[in-house]
Amino acid sequence: MKQPILNVTNLTMDFGGIRALDSVDLDVNSGEIVALIGPNGAGKTTFFNCITGIYQPTGGDILLSLPNKSKKVSLKGLKPNKVTERGLARTFQNIRLFPKMTVLENVMIGRHCRTKAFIFGAIFRTAATRREEESILETSYAILEKVGLAEHANEFADNLSYGAQRRLEIARALATEPLLLLLDEPAAGMNPQETLDLDHLIKQISQEGQAILLIEHDMQLVMSLSDRIFVMDYGKKIAQGTPAEIRANPAVIKAYLGEEVDA
Amino acid sequence: MVLLKEFKKALLTSLWFVFLTFPIVVIKVDPIERTVFWRWQNAFYMAVGTFSIYLLVKFYQHRKENQPKSSDAGENKLPISSLIHRILLNPVQRNIFIGIVAAISIVFPHIFSTYQTNVMTTALMYVVLGLGLNIVVGLAGLLDLGFVAFYAVGAYTYSLLNLHFGLGFWTVLPIGGLLAATFGILLGFPVLRLRGDYLAIVTLGFGEIIRLILENWGKFSKGPSGISNIPRPGFFGMHFNLEQSVLYTYYLMIILVIVTIFIVNRLQDSRLGRAWIALREDEIACQAMGIDKRKTKLVAFSLGAFWAGIVGVMFAAKTTFINPASFTFLESAIILSIVVLGGMGSIVGVVFGALILILLPEYLRALSEYRMLAFGAILVCMMIFRPQGLISNIRRTYKFEKKSPPPVR
Amino acid sequence: MDYFIELFFSGLTRGSIYALIALGYTMVYGIIGLINFAHGEIYMIGAFTAFIVATVLSVYGFPLVSIVIISGLAAVVWASSYGYTIEKIAYKPLRHAPRLSPLISAIGMSIFLQNYVLLAQTSDFLPFPTLFPDLEFMEPIAHIIGTTDVIILVTTIVVMVLLTLIIKFTKIGKAMRATAQDRTMATLVGINVNNVISATFIVGSGLAAIGGMLVAAHIGQINFYIGFLAGIKAFTAAVLGGIGSIPGAVLGSFVLGLTESFATGYVSSDYEDVFAFSLLVLILIFKPSGLLGRASNEKV
Ligand SMILES: Nc1ncnc2c1ncn2[C@@H]1O[C@H](COP(=O)(O)OP(=O)(O)O)[C@@H](O)[C@H]1O
Ligand SMILES: [Mg+2]
Repeated sequence: MKQPILNVTNLTMDFGGIRALDSVDLDVNSGEIVALIGPNGAGKTTFFNCITGIYQPTGGDILLSLPNKSKKVSLKGLKPNKVTERGLARTFQNIRLFPKMTVLENVMIGRHCRTKAFIFGAIFRTAATRREEESILETSYAILEKVGLAEHANEFADNLSYGAQRRLEIARALATEPLLLLLDEPAAGMNPQETLDLDHLIKQISQEGQAILLIEHDMQLVMSLSDRIFVMDYGKKIAQGTPAEIRANPAVIKAYLGEEVDA
Repeated sequence: MVLLKEFKKALLTSLWFVFLTFPIVVIKVDPIERTVFWRWQNAFYMAVGTFSIYLLVKFYQHRKENQPKSSDAGENKLPISSLIHRILLNPVQRNIFIGIVAAISIVFPHIFSTYQTNVMTTALMYVVLGLGLNIVVGLAGLLDLGFVAFYAVGAYTYSLLNLHFGLGFWTVLPIGGLLAATFGILLGFPVLRLRGDYLAIVTLGFGEIIRLILENWGKFSKGPSGISNIPRPGFFGMHFNLEQSVLYTYYLMIILVIVTIFIVNRLQDSRLGRAWIALREDEIACQAMGIDKRKTKLVAFSLGAFWAGIVGVMFAAKTTFINPASFTFLESAIILSIVVLGGMGSIVGVVFGALILILLPEYLRALSEYRMLAFGAILVCMMIFRPQGLISNIRRTYKFEKKSPPPVR
Repeated sequence: MDYFIELFFSGLTRGSIYALIALGYTMVYGIIGLINFAHGEIYMIGAFTAFIVATVLSVYGFPLVSIVIISGLAAVVWASSYGYTIEKIAYKPLRHAPRLSPLISAIGMSIFLQNYVLLAQTSDFLPFPTLFPDLEFMEPIAHIIGTTDVIILVTTIVVMVLLTLIIKFTKIGKAMRATAQDRTMATLVGINVNNVISATFIVGSGLAAIGGMLVAAHIGQINFYIGFLAGIKAFTAAVLGGIGSIPGAVLGSFVLGLTESFATGYVSSDYEDVFAFSLLVLILIFKPSGLLGRASNEKV
């Protein structure tokens, strides 16, 4: 049976007078791919920012179920690094890699919250530290191989192509061993071939049991990947359901058509 | 055709600068004698100087544009920079290089005069100060304009503890460093959540506050007249004459430089060092990857301060006299210039930067007058033409056997 | 009571000077988000130009009124030229560089300009010629407010009104406001952002030069280093008011001027500068958006 991982209830976010999120409910179960869609400006990225601690939401609650524990922990009010430590890891819509670090180092940063060495270990390079460094390297390299960037390991991140940078963001997030992986428009700016590769990659990660929450505009990709879909418009959740249900939902069609007429 | 146009532009630029600098450079008044000097020759120098500099810059830009972009690092390397990189990346050459440097360091005071040794000791102190600030600015990307405050903390710790309690150099050396690091943490707590440029100004403010307190709180610090007769470093109660003492201080500094380089190098290559660099590159992404921003910044801040404190104690012991005038904002600016010139985040770069900036004006007496002018110009020019510094940092790379991950360096 | 009023007016005078300098900081920050560290040096160069021109004219026996006008104009013209040139050399090439690069460049520029004046002129304090003799009709109130104070206050008010009119009604003023609000949008609607930035530096530098000349005439002496402290204090005022906000800069300046005046008058003058620096540090830490500024959170 599928276990719930993330339960967001009544999440609300105000920027001055603007209500960017209005009582949004959303839940993700283990092993699922859930998509969050909606027109530009609907509040999807804001939703990610709120649940990852980058913005402090005005109201609502964010509960995370830890594996093998019956109790849920609230992520509300936690700093972003604590949220990541608890098990949410994300990518950014506007790529935010560490441009002057190598591809491998970018992934190694993701291991930070699962490792311990500090000043003492760094200076004296104790046996424990050396072991840890080795394991960081191994894990990071393995993840790079998985996303197909191993051959670029020693290049600067900003020398990668756009599509490769997006994949590196995924690799970096995976390195934190998340319970739930949050992807913010991973296919944006990709050409059809890159999108296809991405589709395979996400499926592969999902098959390994990784739960994924995905923001995406590419409907083909969304329909092909998702188990369930949430739709937002103007900060509100307007629909939820399976891909087939969403395709037939009049409110959704209106939201999207409305946007097209605008554009 | 293009050349003619550039020529005309150069001419116009130099005319503009003649106009711009006219009142300050050409006219000199003596308000008491009520006389006016017209230094017309300066206008001429200004015209010729600007004209040549303009053409030089254009030439440089032209060459840079026509150069094919090298792919691996995406940056054009200075000959000196690539030479150093080649040497350091080749183990044999690196060991030879280290051997030569070590030999020079050991014989230096025996070849050169006491005065020269003293100058070198000062330069070495700036090497360590530069390496300390390099952790904060170069690695963690925190522009600290009040670095000199921690240097002052170290110097005053030694002077005052010695004055009141008779504590010796070796006892105070760690105390000075730790006290400076504590100051770093205390100041760091409130300021580290600030944005980069605000952090810079706040640290500048802190530096000035500490100096002003030292100046005004005469009971505590003896005010502007300072503290004199500070003992030089001792060695198991042995007494040195002046010459021996200079020699001894020199070797102490050499050891301190070696220890500092060793430690900074290890820190840079560690989990902590990576976190600093990530923080410098993108704060938000860094936090989202699970790095505790406050803690990581605080550690950088206090480690930098620690070295400033240590050098402060050395400084007080070397000069035997200190007063607040040694700890002005300009001192912070000099250390910053060292880091910026050498290359932010680059250990070898900072060492070179310190040696160039401290020794050059010392040996080219004619230059020493223009020292601060040059430091200012260096900060501007480096930012525009070579933000990565003279010797950019070597990014660590890793080799892998295909499919069998155990990595070797 | 007289003492209180005296302190009050001296606070207003200080505040006026801070305001003239702070406006340059705040306008530049509003438009390109840079703390123009060299702004204090522009102020110093303005004062120095006024000093040189005024002394030359007085040596050659010009009448006082013409000395005041010509040296004032010279100060404004040259300071503005410096501001314009500095932006072109030290900041424009760094417009897309990491945020700290232009700041480091500005610090370098500040050190460079100080030492440039030091080398081309002198490090000594120089006596500034008397530009504003005590007027006779001021005699009865001279113990609470001097002639120079009145001149400073009046000049500041006139300049502020002019500036407000420029920003509100001229084309370049409107372009400035648009650019400050959203640079990308401003470019899209056809505003030449380069010209706007240049204009901002020219106007800000001119204001600082007026301040520099007034202070130097008031205090009666000048030196290459006066820009550092004045610059920091004016920056404090700008942050206090909310950096980027023009009314904020003026308000912050008067608040700082009055507080300093009363604090030194009633408490102690030893720690005058410590007070200003502490204020700077405290505001930046606890209310970096200042009195009138808007708190902003970065869009991710
Ligand atoms: N930091 C912020 N300050 C003010 N408004 C913001 C901020 N971040 C997002 N918004 C507003 O919230 C709304 C939703 O934006 P966003 O979440 O980016 O939409 P989406 O990702 O669905 O395209 C937009 O109107 C946007 O302007
Ligand atoms: Mg979005």
